[in-house]
Amino acid sequence: MAQRIVIDPVTRIEGHAKITVQLDDGGNVIDARFHVTEFRGFEKFCEGRPLGEMPGITARICGICPVSHLLASAKAGDEILAVEIPPAADKLRRLMNLAQIIQSHALSFFHLSSPDLLFGFDAPPAKRNVFGLIASDPDLARRGIRLRQFGQEIIELLGGKKIHPAWAVPGGVRSPLSEEGRKHIVERLPEAKQTALAALNLFKGLLGKFEAETQLFGNFPSLFMALVAPDGSWEHHGGKLRFVDSSGNIIADQIDASRYREFIGEAVEPSSYLKSPYYRPLGYPQGIYRVGPLARLNVCRRIGTPIADQELAEFKSHGTGAVTSSFLYHYARLIEIIAAIETIERMIDDPDLLSHRLRANAGINRLEGVGVSEAPRGTLLHHYEVDETGTIRKANLIVSTGQNNLAMNRTMSQIARHYIRGTGPVPEGMLNRLEAGIRAFDPCLSCSTHAAGQMPLHVQVLAPDGSVAQEITRG
Amino acid sequence: MDRLRVATVWLGGCAGCHMSFLDLDEWLVDLAAAVDVVYSPIMDIKEYPENVDVVLVEGAIANEDHVELMHRIRANTKVVVAFGDCAVTGNVTALRNPLGDPENVLQRAYKDAADIAPQYPAEKDIVPRLTPRVTPVHELVKVDLFLPGCPPPAPRIKLFLEQLLAGKGERLAGANIKFG
Repeated sequence: MAQRIVIDPVTRIEGHAKITVQLDDGGNVIDARFHVTEFRGFEKFCEGRPLGEMPGITARICGICPVSHLLASAKAGDEILAVEIPPAADKLRRLMNLAQIIQSHALSFFHLSSPDLLFGFDAPPAKRNVFGLIASDPDLARRGIRLRQFGQEIIELLGGKKIHPAWAVPGGVRSPLSEEGRKHIVERLPEAKQTALAALNLFKGLLGKFEAETQLFGNFPSLFMALVAPDGSWEHHGGKLRFVDSSGNIIADQIDASRYREFIGEAVEPSSYLKSPYYRPLGYPQGIYRVGPLARLNVCRRIGTPIADQELAEFKSHGTGAVTSSFLYHYARLIEIIAAIETIERMIDDPDLLSHRLRANAGINRLEGVGVSEAPRGTLLHHYEVDETGTIRKANLIVSTGQNNLAMNRTMSQIARHYIRGTGPVPEGMLNRLEAGIRAFDPCLSCSTHAAGQMPLHVQVLAPDGSVAQEITRG
Repeated sequence: MDRLRVATVWLGGCAGCHMSFLDLDEWLVDLAAAVDVVYSPIMDIKEYPENVDVVLVEGAIANEDHVELMHRIRANTKVVVAFGDCAVTGNVTALRNPLGDPENVLQRAYKDAADIAPQYPAEKDIVPRLTPRVTPVHELVKVDLFLPGCPPPAPRIKLFLEQLLAGKGERLAGANIKFG
């Protein structure tokens, strides 16, 4: 009998999801899919809201990376006001984004994924969680908790709240860093750096044990997209978009966010039923691309801080041109924590961080604006259209995790085909490997399903010229 | 006394309340020493267990999976806590309610996607249907305690849990019953 295996819910990820594996009569995997089961509809209910409310509302898309939505939304607002924000405001926004990268990456590594890496994928399910980590290695657990806390505290020092601070606004930010806040950050930086380095060394030490996972967890060629600085360095908030291929060749560069539609198309993958962005010039599905830490390290030439650059060089030796294993998202995440900490070290004495010149005031000077920022999980775009009073007419959000949908589904098939065979019961540890394949991407489904998440009845796959290449109707 | 069996659940929301729970930081180590956490999205337990003493429920009721799970939770739990503003009032998750039929919202969400014009069925047993309205938890089942905030700040969660552990009767007051 053909059989379907369902993992429900996928745990230790942000959001609600299921995984299904479809087997044929002989017990061979036909397909494996990742389903997202939630929907809230931000793009619709933001219509009619004032522009100034958008950072605060869209932050509620996600409690893990509210800062990303806050910043992308504020940047879209800057475009609509047609202002250049004060330099101090830009530096402060950057500081908050770096803090968020630290806290979110620390969460992904220590709280969510380290139990798989430290205890093994076959460890008893009841142990594979942060409380299991607390019980078996309280020192490591505490250090991980404190690293995440460091990022959260910087966010609170700037915005008054750790989660959902109403701080960035169209035109700038509301408040600077205080001198006490600056001192607090300076005091805690060395410990944060030490923990981040220890985590990176721990992971590198474990890599030998995970050769199979490195080969099997989403290891395939694809494009990669992220922001880069004008000189091709690592970026997280400014800069422009770059695409590289799996050999590391730059195939599109210095693309302004306002042109995103020329480069990013959205399709539906019939086997996954989730909206799947693709690189439009290559068409669908050849235009599969990945975003997030792995992509950011693949697209950049250098990071620009000493330890992170050393680590980047070593990281890049795991690929030829680009590192293609999704399992190494974990590795890239840990290098990015160090990059963020070193960047904060370098900027923390800048007097601008204490400045009160923080906000450019202006009216509605454009009726459309696109804001882009690198969220911990990848490039995030907010695109708004407003009327003359600044009321939102239309909002379109391209979120990080959505852009990894194609890659996550391919990862599911790759892992399922390797580990699942035959019609007998599948060991729990094998199913956990499927979930771990998803965890490597650190998906944020609250984000990715701001709009999507239901299965379409009517699917059209379009060729690059816009003609319908394939059409499927169900129901 | 037996250790308290504690669960956390996440329905229609943003995970912010769970992140605020993790903002308990090192107090989590103390908490782990005092209670058994028996179910949570940050753990690999797939079925909501029986005989749970306290559950923190984040999020509003937004789809049929939530309805089913919430009934099971109520049946298996002594104290149900509406954890955060979405659970308490519907909050941002309920912003779709004035737009009427959820199909309207779904249509809009895909309509302007550059390349596709899909419909929105629900694959049986996989993709849950949206409920006609988003509701706070207490509209569906009896809620014993309310812990407001978007999200409730970690110190508020800590105070609440400390009261709970002391068994003195939980009472938040002043700034600790503030929304937002």
